[in-house]
Order: sequence, then structure tokens, then C-alpha cells
Amino acid sequence: MSGQAQQDDIIILQNVNKWFGEFHVLRDINLNVKRQEVVVIIGPSGSGKSTLIRCINRLEEHQSGEIIVDGIPLTHDVRNIEKIRSETGMVFQQFNLFPHLTVMENITLAPIHVRKMKKDEAEKIAMELLERVGIPEQAQKYPGQLSGGQQQRVAIARALAMRPKIMLFDEPTSALDPEMIKEVLDVMQELAESGMTMLVVTHEMGFAKEVADRIVFMDSGEIVEVGTPEHFFTNPQHERTKLFLSQIL
Amino acid sequence: MAAPVVRTSSAEVLPPPTERYTLLGWLKKNLFTDWFNTLLTFLALGFLYLIIPPLLRWAFTGAEWAVIPANFNLFMRGQYPAEQALRIWIVLWLTAIVVGFTWGVWSKEISPALVVVAAIPVLLMLVPFFAMETRLKLLGVEILGVVGYVIGRRVPRKHNQIATWLLIITLFASVFILRGFGPEQTDSLWARVPTNLWGGLLLSLLLSIFGIGFSFPIGVLLALGRQSKLPAIRTVSVLYIEFIRGVPLISLLFMGQVMLQLFLPEGFPPIDRVVRALVAIILFSAAYTAENVRGGLQSVPKGQYEAAMSLGLSTYQMMRLIILPQALRAVIPVLVGQFIGLFKDTSLVALVGLFDLLGIARVVLANPDWLGTQQEVYVFIAILYWIFSYAMSYASRRLEISLGVGQR
Repeated sequence: MSGQAQQDDIIILQNVNKWFGEFHVLRDINLNVKRQEVVVIIGPSGSGKSTLIRCINRLEEHQSGEIIVDGIPLTHDVRNIEKIRSETGMVFQQFNLFPHLTVMENITLAPIHVRKMKKDEAEKIAMELLERVGIPEQAQKYPGQLSGGQQQRVAIARALAMRPKIMLFDEPTSALDPEMIKEVLDVMQELAESGMTMLVVTHEMGFAKEVADRIVFMDSGEIVEVGTPEHFFTNPQHERTKLFLSQIL
Repeated sequence: MAAPVVRTSSAEVLPPPTERYTLLGWLKKNLFTDWFNTLLTFLALGFLYLIIPPLLRWAFTGAEWAVIPANFNLFMRGQYPAEQALRIWIVLWLTAIVVGFTWGVWSKEISPALVVVAAIPVLLMLVPFFAMETRLKLLGVEILGVVGYVIGRRVPRKHNQIATWLLIITLFASVFILRGFGPEQTDSLWARVPTNLWGGLLLSLLLSIFGIGFSFPIGVLLALGRQSKLPAIRTVSVLYIEFIRGVPLISLLFMGQVMLQLFLPEGFPPIDRVVRALVAIILFSAAYTAENVRGGLQSVPKGQYEAAMSLGLSTYQMMRLIILPQALRAVIPVLVGQFIGLFKDTSLVALVGLFDLLGIARVVLANPDWLGTQQEVYVFIAILYWIFSYAMSYASRRLEISLGVGQR
């Protein structure tokens, strides 16, 4: 099943393995993601969820197996890596906004320097994106002047400014105060409904249930179970999945 | 179960309590809080009583200050010939207009620092022993500085590269103006003045400005080299940094003056002695800059690198746009401290036979007319060193505030 690459698979992972020193952190991962699909990855901490999505834009290097993103194989070729990175947006747990730049500069930086866009055009797109995430009035502020939820929404806008085909979310709400989680999840849900291909590592089961097309459960570096939200929350099969769900629900 | 407590009216918003200061209250709070503090206060007062009256007595009655005005030109420009001295003024005027312009481009409001800087030429005009001609030339500095500022204010801040380029051009133009063009030893204004005649404060400042200007970019490159993934670049950087940091500056200066010529091929034209000293200073300072900048690089969180990479920036773009701006901001205080050290270390060139401020002081003291004026001369040059060092330190604090270090 996983071996056959289909035309509409935008991300293909085949027999991917990765070690941190002696520690086998990703074990024989096989996963295909279709265009416009929203895949949520869940699992206990240390199960390799973050490492998995960080391999897709080469923030981590996998040691064996194959990763193909939008037809581009991820190899040591720097041109391929930069191409994949400019087509893949990423949102981090700690936001990682650039503190020395204003919100506007944070968003326009990559379009201007990577896409070689004109400044006026980039700023116009940035304003549209800030409208979309609901904070156009914050454009001239610095990240340090915003709340966590606002910072994360800026980070989403910054990633979207590159017009990515895929968005990777690495625990986007884990560093937020509880009252700010919803504003970020709302933006993500709107994004999913607009047809963006998304890979989301999260502990927000409500989001997974409502937005995901498929849920991937990982444990100890393996993909243990893959299925629809309905399957997961009503009829999980594997013992480890049942145990995990019983612990968090 | 206790009954729930619900607030019915909002608590009043009050200003913070203020402390009323009286002189007595201040004394008690700051100097006489307990017996130990009181003891320290009296010890300090006793110490000041021992030091200050003799110092004042010496400064106002004992000291022979005549040595300073009599040798003032020497202190300022060494043996740079009087016939060509107007060129130093040309450099000053050029500098005044460009600095004024740069200030105008960067800052549109009139700050206290601007007022202080603008007052310097006027204050210098009040120095009692200056000739009227000198005062008029200082007036020229003032006027050109103001003109530059007024022009600069009309230039929007986003064009600040113009100011940067003008500063760099002025720096190099100054050297050509000071060096001159024609043959040596003529009376013409533009005759060449060999660098062994450059001296005094002029030489100290030139060595410092060029030392800082060149060692800074080299140091940044070395710091990046030390973090490079390429083993060759990393090894060369580490070897360079550790070798230079392992030897004292004076040994580099001696090597430049004495040994360099031996290594060069036969018939190679001798390199200018000031340039040799300058190269030694740059090589030395670059290694320290590299280590300071490395500290800054390490203070930038890993997430900043990851965010930059995930947006598709190349390594060069990531360093230039994201990492270095943050790293350098974090180390401004350390770097300025190092540059102040460099400024004072230029006095070591006196030991290899150049006549910088300290070298020229020793020349003055060797003159039989001024025997026994060591105290006056050294106090005078110490004050000069202090003024420039303090100015750098003050400027760095202003820079930190305007860049918002420690606030975000």
C-alpha cells in the first residue's frame, strides 16, 4: 500500500529511519499524505512525532529511506532542500518569530529575499494575511509586544506568506496560555477548510476530532495506527492506542 | 462549606506611594543606615580629606601648566609640518559635515547628546591660549556640522546607507588628504607628509578608528568561521584566534616593526611603519572581536536558525538578516569595552618608536626646557584618553537604548 506512490500524494515517506546517536527515534516510517489532506499526528512525548515532521523540511536529517515532497526527493542536494523548504511552511511550538523585526518585517522577509518579491507587493500580501489571522492592527509592533496567541498567529501568517503547498505544525498550541489556544486553533481550522495540506503534531484532541481527515498514532518511533477520527475515538484497535487514549481522554 | 465571596465594587486604582526626600532623610538612608555604613562613610570622608586638598593645591599653585599650551600643537598632531597643518583642518571640516549629516539622517529629534556634541567646538573656542585663527577654524567646524545636520534631517531614514557610505569614503579620503600628493619637503599645501611625521592625538585616533573599522568585520568573519561546518575553515579560524590570543600585543608590534622586513623578499619596498603597527593592532583586535561575537552567536536561540531555514533562506541570508543582527546587539557592551581597550592600547606603539599621544608626551618630557613636568604632561594626556573613552562608553549606552537591548 505505502510503496505505491500515487499522483495525488504530495508527501511520500518510505521506510524512513533515523537515529539520535544510539537511539532509534524513527523506525521504518511509511506514510503518504494526499493533496489538501489534514493529517494529525498524536502520541506520547518522545514518540518521534516532532522529529518526523521536522524531517520533512530537513530540519532533521533522516539516515535511511526516502522522503519525496511534491515530487522532489529530499537528498543532500542543497537546491532540493531549499526548494522544499520554500514550498513548506512551518509553525513552531515556541513561535520563533524574529524579535528584532516588526510583525510586518517578519512576514515580508522571506517573500522579499527568497521569492525576490517587490516590497510593496510583499506588504500587501502580508496585510491580507494579517487580516486573515485577525490582527491587522499589530503590523508595526514587535513580537515582544504581542500575546502568545497573537505571536503564533503572526507565525502562521509568516509561513503562509511564502504561498506554501504544505503547512507543518509542531505542537502549535503547547506553549500557549489556555485562553489563547482557541484563537490559534480557529485560524488553523479556517486554513484546513481552505484546502491547505496540513501535517499537525498536537495534543488538542478536539481539534483532531473535528478537523483531521486522518489521525496517525505514534509510539516509540513507530506508526502504530492510522485511521479516521471516527475510527480512533470510537473503535481503536491497537493496545497501545487504547492505552494512550484512555490516559488523555 | 463557606459562603462564596463575590466582589461588589471595584477596588480603587491608586498612584504608587511616593517617598518624600529631605536632605536629612537622604543622608540617613544612604550614608548612616547602621554602624558599619556610618564607619565606611567616615572612612571615605577621611580618605577624601587626605587626597583632595593636596591635589587642588598642586593643580592651582604648584603645577606648571605652561608646558601644555607651549607644546599643544605637538600633542595634537606630532611633527606634522605647520605648512601643511591646514589639511588636518580640512579633514576636521569634512568630518564635521559628514557626521552632522549622518546624525541628521538617523535621528530627527534634538536629543541631549546632540546638544552636547554640538557644543564641543564652541567650548573649545573658549580655551584661553588658542589664537583667534584657531577659534575661527573651530567656528568653521561648528557651522559645517550644523549645515550637515540640517541637510541630513531632510533625508528620510530609510536612505541611511548614503550616510554609511559617506562615512567610509570620508575615512579613506582623510588618509589621502593627510598623506598629500606632491613631492616631500616643499612649502606647498599639498606636499606629501611621510607617516613618520604623523603623531600625537591625530595618530592615536587614526590608529584607533582604522583598527576598529578593520578588525570588526574580520572578527565577525572569524567568529562565523569558527562555527562553520567546513573543517578547514573552522580549524584555520580556531588556530588564528587561539594563536593571537596567546601572545601580547606588544610582541605583535615588535614583530611587525623588527621582523616583518626579514620575511619579505629581497628588494621588496619597505612597508610603512605606521601601517605595520596598524596591521598588528587589527590582527590582535580581530581575534578578541571574534570571541566576543561568538558569545553573541551562542546567545541566539536554535529556534531562530530553524525558523530562518524553514522559510527557505540561504545560510548567507540567514546569517545576515536574522542571526548577526541579534548576536551583535547582544554583545554591544562587550565590543565597545574591547574597542575602548584598543584605543588605550594604541599607546603601546610609543614603545616601538611611533609618536602617538604617549610617544609625543615622552618627546616633550625629553626637552630640557620642560624638565620636571612629568605630572602635568601625564595628567593632561590621561584626561584626553579619559574624554575619548568616556565618549565611546556613553555612545554605546545611547546605542543600546535606541536599539532596545534588554527591553524585548
